Amino acid sequence: MGTDTVEAVVFVACALIVLGGAFGVIWFRNPVQSALSLVATLFGVAVLFLNMNAQFLAAVQVIVYTGAIVVLILFVIMLLGVDTADDIDAEPLVGQRVIALVIAAGVAGLVIAGVTIVGGDLVSGARAATAAITDDVPNIEQIGRVLFTDYVYALEITAVLLTIAVVAAVVMARKPTEVEPLPQESSSMEPPEPVEPEAEEVFD
Amino acid sequence: MRGIDAGYLVLSAILFSIGAFGLLVRRNPLVMLMCVELMLNAVNLTFVAFGMMLGDIAGQVIVMFVLVVAAAEVVVGLGIVVAVSRRKPGATADDIRVLRG
Repeated sequence: MGTDTVEAVVFVACALIVLGGAFGVIWFRNPVQSALSLVATLFGVAVLFLNMNAQFLAAVQVIVYTGAIVVLILFVIMLLGVDTADDIDAEPLVGQRVIALVIAAGVAGLVIAGVTIVGGDLVSGARAATAAITDDVPNIEQIGRVLFTDYVYALEITAVLLTIAVVAAVVMARKPTEVEPLPQESSSMEPPEPVEPEAEEVFD
Repeated sequence: MRGIDAGYLVLSAILFSIGAFGLLVRRNPLVMLMCVELMLNAVNLTFVAFGMMLGDIAGQVIVMFVLVVAAAEVVVGLGIVVAVSRRKPGATADDIRVLRG
């Protein structure tokens, strides 16, 4: 088999995994199942990155997305105790799903139509002159060189953004001094009964 | 252009649409965050595919920044979800209107 054949086979397999996982995210009623479907999608995208010779991004995708972000989401799911199934059948806005389906199908249809109509001349820009992908330099070294020269200011701003996000998370997750409950009629979903805190067991 | 290049773009378009549909339909804020991740991954796929077609490493560098923004977005989003759920257990996306000043 030639390399093109292998690439095509890997692409088809990963595309099926990616799309199946994406459908699972919006299909499952239990948020935990949605998060696990998201893991499948992210792994498929990582393998697609490998397929496109972006080895470093494939590793980062697995480490950051499935290792950090999805675990963080799962952690919050467990923390909040929302391991119950969602009420999917409730539709607060009439026709919301139909409109959403039209919008989503429109976006996909327009892009696919554009790709199909343009056909053989998909990219019309100039090929890279200063930051070209070469096979004799490792992928990480190429990314690092461009990241710390051409994009160094963007990198610094990214550091500021991460600092702001960490401070914001600490401020919002802090336990407030007094909690005023929300009015009950603001949502159709009935909140569960407050659980009385159990007395701590004393071990003599 | 090879046929598989168009395949990457079509796949990412479908992935983006699924994420957008889920974001518009689902009411659980955690699932909505996951749908945003789906959309960001579709955009990442497009960046890397175009970078491969043009032989430009910048497509992969931009994905690094998208990853950082996605991580920051998830951290802030989960913080909001935790803060709202503390005041009202079982909160849906409609309850985040308490953020209004």
